[in-house]
Amino acid sequence: MAEMEARARASSQRPLSPHLQIYRPLLTMMMSIVHRVTGAALYFGMLLLAWWLIAAASGPTAYANVEWFIGSLIGRLILFGYTWALIHHMLGGIRHLIWDTLNGFEPAEREFLTVASLAGSIVLTLLIWGAGYLVMGGPR
Amino acid sequence: MSAPRHIVTPMRRVRGLGAARSGTAHFWHQRITSVAAVPLTIALVVIVMALMGRSHAAVVQILGSPLVAILMLLFILNTAYHMWIGMQEIILDYVHDELFKFLSLLGNTFFVFAVALASVFAILKLSFGV
Repeated sequence: MAEMEARARASSQRPLSPHLQIYRPLLTMMMSIVHRVTGAALYFGMLLLAWWLIAAASGPTAYANVEWFIGSLIGRLILFGYTWALIHHMLGGIRHLIWDTLNGFEPAEREFLTVASLAGSIVLTLLIWGAGYLVMGGPR
Repeated sequence: MSAPRHIVTPMRRVRGLGAARSGTAHFWHQRITSVAAVPLTIALVVIVMALMGRSHAAVVQILGSPLVAILMLLFILNTAYHMWIGMQEIILDYVHDELFKFLSLLGNTFFVFAVALASVFAILKLSFGV
């Protein structure tokens, strides 16, 4: 009994390896976190795609409901965020695939890849929405 | 002196295959699905952009046409597997209580199957009518 307590005390006093809080936030680190967060957001965002598809398969009334939601301010914000998350996760994924080949690890290279994926995701998202509004004939 | 019935060698521990009991297979599968996801995501964005603002009848016709339906099905199935692995990874990183971990992994599987099957069913219904 005494031995178990001593062991428990010893294990609770063991030094722990440092975690996130001791590191200076770096862009690569923030983008790594954002990659995971966007992945989780896209996970639940698949519900929106499923809803859209089921509504289209169900009939005009159900489809009108989805269209109303997507057309609303909240709906547009969600869809805009979904677009950015999708593009950012895709570009971040490509960056990880490049790193998987053991390329792009030099300080300047990894900073460039990180900045490029962030800037690229913003530019592409705006382009997609601009093109989307053009296709639909302007904001309604 | 009888031999012990079970000897846990380091190899046996390795073959326990980690927290999810499946080793590094998922790491590789995540890479395969991520490569496939790039063209499929571009296809999804183009399809959705082309369909926004169209009438229900037009959307039904386009989503049910073979090329679009096949691309959508590929996107859904590829994404389902990718997101299933991804969420499992997140759960294994942050959920340490054995019961809650088990329930979270179960919930992940149920969610992915439900979302994927519902989406696939909708595409097939649009494709084959009825």
